[in-house]
This record gives sequence, structure tokens and C-alpha cells, in this order.
Amino acid sequence: MSVIYILISLSIVIAVVFFTAFIIAVKNGQFDDSHTPAIRILFDSESKQKQTNKYNKSKNK
Amino acid sequence: MLKFAHLLRGIMGKSCFHCGIEFENESFVVDQKDFCCIGCKTVYEILSEHELHSYYDIEKNPGISPLQFVGKFDYLDNKDISDQLLEFDENGIQIVNLFIPNIHCSSCIWVLEQANKLNLHIKDAQVTFPKKTVRLVYNSSSLSLKELVVLLASIGYPPKINLENKNTEKQVTDRSLLYKIGVAGFSFGNVMLLSFPEYFEVSEFWLDQYKPVFRWLMFAFSLPVVFYAASDYFISAYKSLKKGILNIDLPIALGVFVLFTRSTYEIIAHTGQGFFDSLTGLLFFLLVGRYFQQKTYAFLSFERSYKSYFPIGVTVIKDGMEENIQVKDVKKGDRILIRNEEIIPVDSILMKGNAEIDYSFVTGESNPIHKALGDKIYAGGKQKDQPIEIQAIRSVSQSYLTQLWSKDSMKNQEKSQDFALTNKISKYFTLVILIVAFSTLGFWLWWDPGYAAYVFSAVLIIACPCALALAEPFTLGNLLRIYGKRGFYLKNGQVINRMAEISSIIFDKTGTITANDQSKIHYHGMELNTHEQALLKSTLRGSNHPLSRQLYNMLRSQNILTMDDFKETAGKGIEATFEKDTIKVGSASFLNHKAATKVENTSVHISTNNNYKGKFVLQNMYREGVFELFKNLSKHYEIAILSGDNAQEEENLTKRSPSGTKMFFNQKPEDKYNYIKDHQKEGSKMLMIGDGLNDAGALKESHVGIAVSENVNVFSPACDAILDASKLKDLDKYLRLSKMGVHIIHLSFVISFLYNVIGLSFAVTGNLSPVVAAILMPLSSISIVAFTTLSTYYVSRKLT
Repeated sequence: MSVIYILISLSIVIAVVFFTAFIIAVKNGQFDDSHTPAIRILFDSESKQKQTNKYNKSKNK
Repeated sequence: MLKFAHLLRGIMGKSCFHCGIEFENESFVVDQKDFCCIGCKTVYEILSEHELHSYYDIEKNPGISPLQFVGKFDYLDNKDISDQLLEFDENGIQIVNLFIPNIHCSSCIWVLEQANKLNLHIKDAQVTFPKKTVRLVYNSSSLSLKELVVLLASIGYPPKINLENKNTEKQVTDRSLLYKIGVAGFSFGNVMLLSFPEYFEVSEFWLDQYKPVFRWLMFAFSLPVVFYAASDYFISAYKSLKKGILNIDLPIALGVFVLFTRSTYEIIAHTGQGFFDSLTGLLFFLLVGRYFQQKTYAFLSFERSYKSYFPIGVTVIKDGMEENIQVKDVKKGDRILIRNEEIIPVDSILMKGNAEIDYSFVTGESNPIHKALGDKIYAGGKQKDQPIEIQAIRSVSQSYLTQLWSKDSMKNQEKSQDFALTNKISKYFTLVILIVAFSTLGFWLWWDPGYAAYVFSAVLIIACPCALALAEPFTLGNLLRIYGKRGFYLKNGQVINRMAEISSIIFDKTGTITANDQSKIHYHGMELNTHEQALLKSTLRGSNHPLSRQLYNMLRSQNILTMDDFKETAGKGIEATFEKDTIKVGSASFLNHKAATKVENTSVHISTNNNYKGKFVLQNMYREGVFELFKNLSKHYEIAILSGDNAQEEENLTKRSPSGTKMFFNQKPEDKYNYIKDHQKEGSKMLMIGDGLNDAGALKESHVGIAVSENVNVFSPACDAILDASKLKDLDKYLRLSKMGVHIIHLSFVISFLYNVIGLSFAVTGNLSPVVAAILMPLSSISIVAFTTLSTYYVSRKLT
């Protein structure tokens, strides 16, 4: 069997993997709200930062 | 006339730490922070008690002052109502999705998602910002829905619950377009890859050997595109054919069909590689275009009826017991309790209490009307004072206001959503293409019959109006976005087309060209001395009448005196005594003063020690730039003002408006509706700009109905567009922009016709190779998209 068949099927398999990933993402509602998660991710890091700040302060004392 | 400027409010002082409102009155201080009212202070205390200080770090003054809500949500105890709101209710866990119009910044998201810190029984909270909703999961055995809602209201986020979000149930979000784009994009990419080697048309042993594999793979990839992604176009084309209309989807569907059959034939007959690349690419661009113009404002609703304005439940008094029932169950003869700020749900008679009804939403009359016991109160008014008891004399659906909606005219015709311009063009386009195709067929049958079918299909392929179909959705979609950023929210792109056709503009007065809350106060009469000013301010302090509150807030702060005697006669005025001085504040008749004015103005008369001093006249404040706007608009449009108010402002308005402005006063909702209807019958295209339920009929009937709103989230009647009140002055620019938009679409049509002429010259002469198609078709689509996008931005930048 020629190597071209393997290459083509490989490329299609990879493409299908990305395609399914996209479909699953749509199905799970990833594209329904693009605004809130973008803000939410900032909160988590901020509250953690606060905790570490407090921790550092108490350490310094 | 003596302007009493020095009496009026001076430079403003502190600003509230919670809500950012600037105020002058004595402040509430906690932790060395100023608060404007006890509500804001309480919210701060609740948040700091639960260590949610970060709320104030994310944005400056993020809060909203909480409104009075005692008893407002009692109806949630009614199981029928709460069951309809809950998404899930089992094993002591309930899930509810609440619409909270107050969500406006990132601090809001943060504090609402921390709701479990406020109450342990809340398991999870998730905000969807574009829709302004929060989804709450909570333990129903220890926390009732009512308690949850009250908790949210107490931190300044009262949910808006009405019959409307009850009816819409769980909406399944339509994601099929995204799936289709995914399928088309996936196939497009792969087909391009596979068709690439054959573009060069070299005969080489290696290439020749694998040609069939490549071709059949492309065929396989195109199948889902034709049968799934393109299905909408086939369905729409079929429907339009059935109706005997030639819409734009028809040539698209025809093109897709011919592309697919001819390409399939070519690979079966081994004559070529087909046009699968063009086919998949074309559909991918078309679907992306569709997605692009699908921009909607999820948090706004353009289809509201009176139902969304009315509360979902009311408190009924039966045998001395309060009971919460659904508003639709209110029967004739029921005794209903209406609290401050609550809406009267049904035509009724006042039985008990002091009624100050604000009808601004129904009639356009801006000041509350006093009602005596036994007076008839129409549905739609808002109580502005202590709780009252009323007896229903009709059922909800038979009330004066709600009957407006049951009229046939309010239900019928949904204004067309199709792309009007494109469809107009496509009628001729389709005809021209068919004529060209058949005459080419005839020519080739005579010249070289073997080639005829090939050339015929080539013409149909290249004529596929992808550029034509893209021009309108991209231009309108882009303009929607531009308008949205500038506080003008349109229901859909077609409103822009209709806006460009407008010939005359009708304004409502109260709430539209005047601001609802702001009034200008002039003082006419003898000047008051400092002592009298202090007396006046102290007297007003004790009154809850809306006019007193308004006047109190306008007056400069004085030493507050404690009055020895204070007597308020509801709806008439106040009489107060301090040491030897008596002061009377109220209507002219209350002061026994013969009012000389012909037209009844909204005024507060003052007398001290039975000497008439003068009166404060409250005048509607016109929105900033309104008369400038009138001037600009009058150059191109006919302008008229339809007011539900009395004619007291006529003189002032005539003076300030450009000549030729028509004015009509004391207009009932039906009058406005008929005015629009009659004039549109005569052929003029009307733009109605209004704000209240009294304009609803006119807004619906007009060619374009724009609702002006100070808070776009709260409420607006059914309309085509919602305009932020502060942007009213830019209306002329927005109208000009809509005209420019239509010009851009026309220009794009010209460009796409040029592409078609080039393409057809290849096709008619029998020279359309797959490479030419693969270059020409995406090129025309992309250049149209680029042209419309860039030109709309350029035009909007220049105009606003």
C-alpha cells in the first residue's frame, strides 16, 4: 500500500478529531456566552492573589 | 418673574461609596465612608459582614441603591407561581434562573457568584452576563424562593419576575447554525487541500495515479455540506417557489445544486475534478455571513406586551386575610392590596388609603394624580404612597389598557424580516441569469452541441449570487453592532432599511423629549427670606407627596426646624406652625388663592401667616439637544409632536421648535394609533418615537417604532428599536447612517455584478476551469465582505 493512503487518512483523522472537539464544545454551550467566563477567570486569580498577599504579610510579621 | 436660583440646589457634595450618586443631604457614615441612603449602607454592611469587600475593588461605585421591596415578592409563596419559575425541583434542591436587569458590571458578576457566602443554603450561582440572568441552585428545605429573591433584592439586585419570563419557559438555544458552520468549514479546508494538486494541470504519473482517490474523497466531504449545511437554502428556495416569489435563496440553491451535480458527473466521467472547492467554500462564507448578522441583544426584548409590565401576582384580601394569587386569577369584586411602587393590575375602585397614582406610563401625564375614596382607578398606574386597598371592577384582560392589546391591529402582521433590498434585486437577477444561461445554451447547441451542457452549467455556477447574498447581511449586521455601541438597539437589520425610507417623524412628549424625573422649578412671586426658606424646607421634609419630595430635594439645605404643629391634607397641601409663624404649602384652592392661570400648571403655592407669597412652577425639562435635533431633522423630514399631556407647554414648544412642526395635545393612545394609521394610508412612512404603554399602538403601527428608555433593561413597549434616552440627540445622525448603509448595499451590488460579468465572460465562452472558479468565487465574496465592513466603519466614524 502506498504511503499516500496512510498520510491522507492520518490527516483526515486529525481533522476529524478537531471537528469533533468543535462539535462537543458547541454542544456543551461553550459558544453560548463568551462574555461572562472571560470575566470570571479574572476573579479567581484575584482572590487567590489576595490570599497569598495576606499570607506574605503575616509571614513578614 | 423672579428666578429663585439661589434657593435651588448648589454645587453637589459627597458621592455615595456604594452607588456613586452625588448627594447633599446628611449622609450615613460607616467605616468613614459616605452613603446616600440607608439602603446603600445596608448593602455595604451585608457585604462587609460576609467579607465580600472585593466587590468595591473591582469597579468603582458598582452598587445600585436598593428599592423598597417589603412585601413586593410575597406572591412567590404561592406554589402555582413558584412552580412555574423553577427549572428543577426535587429532593430538596431547587434551581431557578432569574432575570436581573441591574447586572451591569464585573462587580455584579462577582458578588452574585459569591451568593453562597451570603447564605449557606445557596449551593451555586452562575451569571450569564449578556442575558443578565443568574442561575441559582439552592437547598429548598431551608431557603424558600421568596427568601432567596428577597436576599438578592436586599443587596440591590431585585430580579424582574413577570408573566413574560414565565411563559418563555426553558428556551432551547438554537445552535444548528454553529454546527453547520463547523461542518462547512471542516469540509472546505479538507477539499481545498485535496483539490490543490490538480490546479496546476500537469500530467505527471504520480498525480494521474491518485486522481480518482482525491476526487472521490472531495465528493465524500461535499456530501454533508450539500445535504446538511445547505439545507436551509433549499428549504427557503422551495418555499419561495411555492409562493411564486423569486428570493435570493433561489439562485443560491440552484447554484449549489448545479455545482454538485456537474462536479459529480465530472468525476464519474473522468472529465475533470469538479468544483467541490468552490461549492464548500461558498457555503462556508454564506453561513458565516448568516452568523454575523445574527447579532441580537439577548437582554432586551422587543416583543413586550402589557403582561411583562404587570406583576405576576397580587395580594388579595379575603375575609380579613391576605392571600397571594396570580394576577390572571383576579376576579371582579376582589379586594386587592397595592403597596408603594406597585402597579394597579386591573380597573378598580379605591376603597381605602391615600392614592397618588402615577399614570406616566399610560397617559404620558408626568405628575401623580390624587384619587379620593370611591374614585375609579385604571389599570397601569403606579401607586406612589402608602399602601391602598382597591376593589376590582373588571377582570385583568378586560381592563381599559389591556383591551388595547386585544385589538386585532395589535396582533396582526409581523413586519417582514427578509432582506428586502436583496430580494428586490434578486427577482431581476434570477431572470437575467436564466435568460443568459438559456441563450448561451441555444448558441452552443447550434455551434457545438457537445459542449452545450458544460457551458450551460458553467453559467449557472458562476452566476451564483454569493457576493450579492453577502452584501446585505454584512452591511446590516455591522451597522447593528455600530448602533448598539452607541446606545441604539435595533431588533434586526431590516429596521435599518425601513429607517432609510422614513418621510416623517412623530415624537411623543412626556418621557420622550422631556425627561421623566427631572423638572425645572421656577419660582414666581415675592422673595422668601431666610427664615421662610427654612420654614418651607422643614415643612416639606415631613411630607411624602411626590411633589414635596421633588421640591425638597431642589431646595438648598437649611437649618431643619422642628415644627410645633404639622397637618397634611391628602392631595391638597400642608399646614404647619413653628412658634408664631404658620406656613401653608399646597394647591391654589388649599390656600384660597384665586389661580389666575388659564392652563393648569403643575405648581406648589406658598403662603406664610395667611399672606400669599408665590408659587413654585414645575416645568418639564427637555432632554439635552432636543431642539437642535428638531432643527436638523426638519430639513429632511416632517415633524409632529403627539402628547398625552395637556396643552400647557404648547406655547413654549412652538417657540422653540422649527416652524412647521405640528403639535397635538390630549392625545389618547387610540388617537396616536389612528394618526399614524391614517397618515400611512396616505403613503407617508412614519417613524414613531415614544416611551410608554400609551405609545404602544402607535409604535407597532408605524413603519419604524423607536422606544426611548432611560434604562434600556427595565421596560419598553413592543417596538422595532430601543434608544438610550441620552442618545436621542443623535437621532438625525443615526437616520443618516441608515441611508448611508443602504447606499453601501447598492454599491456592493454593483461590485458583485462586475464580478458576475467577468465570471460570465469566462463561462459563456466555455473557458471556466475549476481554478478560475476557485479564485473568482471566494475573491468576490471576500472583497464584498471587506468592502461592506470597512465602508460601514468609515461612514459611521465620519458621522458620529
